[in-house]
Amino acid sequence: MKSAFATVSGRPVAPLYTPADVAALDYRRDLGDPGEFPYTRGIHPNGYRGRIWTMRQFAGFGTPEDTNQRYRQLLAAGGTGLSVAFDLPTLMGRDPDHELSLGEVGKCGVNVASLADMEVLFDGIDLGSVTTSMTINSPAPMILAMYLVVAEKQGVGWERLSGTIQNDILKEFIAQKEYIYPPRPSMRLVTDVFAFCAGRVPRWNTISVSGYHIREAGATAAQELAFTLRDGIEYVQYGIDAGLDVEVFAPRISFFFNAHSDFFEEIAKYRAARRMWAHVMRDRFNARSPRSWQLRFHAQTAGVSLTAQQPYNNVVRTALQALAAVLGGAQSLHTNSLDEALALPTAEAATLALRTQQILAHETGVTGIVDPLGGSYFVETLTRELEEEALEYFDTIDRMGGMVAAIERGFPQQEIAESAYRFQQAVERGDRVIVGVNEFVDEDDDRIGTLYIDQTAADTQLARLERVRAARDGDAVRRALARLQEGARGGANTMPLFVDAVRVYATIGEMCDALRDVWGEYEEVPVI
Amino acid sequence: MTKIRVVIAKPGLDGHDRGARVIARALRDAGMEVIYTGLRQTPEQIVAAALQEDADVIGLSILSGAHMHICPRIMELLAEKGLRDVLVVVGGIIPDVDIPKLQDMGVRGIFLPGTPMQEIVDFITKHARSRVGSL
Repeated sequence: MKSAFATVSGRPVAPLYTPADVAALDYRRDLGDPGEFPYTRGIHPNGYRGRIWTMRQFAGFGTPEDTNQRYRQLLAAGGTGLSVAFDLPTLMGRDPDHELSLGEVGKCGVNVASLADMEVLFDGIDLGSVTTSMTINSPAPMILAMYLVVAEKQGVGWERLSGTIQNDILKEFIAQKEYIYPPRPSMRLVTDVFAFCAGRVPRWNTISVSGYHIREAGATAAQELAFTLRDGIEYVQYGIDAGLDVEVFAPRISFFFNAHSDFFEEIAKYRAARRMWAHVMRDRFNARSPRSWQLRFHAQTAGVSLTAQQPYNNVVRTALQALAAVLGGAQSLHTNSLDEALALPTAEAATLALRTQQILAHETGVTGIVDPLGGSYFVETLTRELEEEALEYFDTIDRMGGMVAAIERGFPQQEIAESAYRFQQAVERGDRVIVGVNEFVDEDDDRIGTLYIDQTAADTQLARLERVRAARDGDAVRRALARLQEGARGGANTMPLFVDAVRVYATIGEMCDALRDVWGEYEEVPVI
Repeated sequence: MTKIRVVIAKPGLDGHDRGARVIARALRDAGMEVIYTGLRQTPEQIVAAALQEDADVIGLSILSGAHMHICPRIMELLAEKGLRDVLVVVGGIIPDVDIPKLQDMGVRGIFLPGTPMQEIVDFITKHARSRVGSL
């Protein structure tokens, strides 16, 4: 028999939990009914009975034409929202013809260099009826501006648009490392989006504060919880400091968590997150509206748990992780495809991932009961323990002067690196079993067909970029970029300036370069 | 005793550095001298680092699919600088069809997802350029 039992995060667990473990729990104070403060049991009184979660499959590859076709297929298969994956040049604000874009165009997502690409990406998709999530951070305002102009051209008013822009730069510095500018000017772009949307695009979720990437980088569940919510606090504080009304922008803040393999720990994490955020908003920021207190979140199953070996096992892993997200009360969900340790998913693999969610929603019966694990001695204990550990991190980061200051010192980055290394060592020792990798290995591992993105996507994008540059009014572009720089040097909201630049087909590289000239680029000090 | 000197680099635009950092630490714990270049290094910067650090090994972490553009350039630059004996290994997401092509251009070790750290340590210890092995 194993001598020590612990969660995937290394948290020790007892063999049995009893009423003694939850003796201090007060139902009204600590849990409340679903829909009641502190929302531990969920933000909706009737859970998924009123509305099932949004099945939002993250997708993007190659050219905007390729991805547009994938979106139409996902919507036809019963997907209920879109989620755009951009390629690395787009995420890093580089045009396809930049030196650093070599070999990267269309590889990890769809390439979008200008409004011309965005028009193709949403061709034939009514932006007034679909909701769209866009995973973009440093160039978030530029991409949002493109989306707004496409909507305008479709005749859809901005007040009707609904969706999410990730716009979470802090977790880029912490984990995913797709940043351009230093933290402080980057935060100003974030709050510019908050302010602009509050007035002009009121149904838009202006940020998705993300723990997903923090977890993928190696964080434990408690670190994911702590750093994500502490990022959330930083955004709210910067919004208030920028003169915004917390009751206006706070309800548009959404969250994005990982759905990892440790079943109960994940469910406890979501429950703790709702309780902690409700207290943060009510007690730390004195928000008075329940809409400001409620934590809404998207979940994605853990890419890092997928194995290249015996890839069909990934279907099972993903289904179990998705079940944890559903029992934890996610508002929307992405399920990974079985082939994603090897490549971007094929159409067949992406459809199977969507079917996994449909089976959960319609065959398992879990949507009929709200927070079915509430009151479990174990889940309530774990919820409290995760909250306590995360609150200790809040104190540490507060003492450092906040998250921006902590990031500048490399604190969360180093904590995550430590956890990642400890996990890998546990795998090497065999303390952590990964089926098909360090146990139950199959020498005749099945190879599966995968998606291969060749150079033709890059060629198409380079050709379109050349056509756009030849056809547009070059003087108008130069003027728009000059006004953008002027706005960035001063205190103007940059969003209307991006919209103007996008309208005259300024490219993402040109807009980002204009601001690189003003703010410079961030470089991380590499440490191991 | 001379330690094996390894430059670990992340070329391209990708920022996912978990693998690079974990491997860097594993090699250091195994007694090697590890220099981590940090993110977004061009092939020119990586080869310059290898030259300056007198590296025996270059380890590249590439997940984005840009390997067929980055690796040939690095091999070409190494040849130009007279560093053909530097052991080049790549870890990351490499489609099967690209593996023989990378081997043909001189990439000696290709480590796919799920590879134990010890296997990489052993490979480098065995194949790092011979002046180390002969000591």
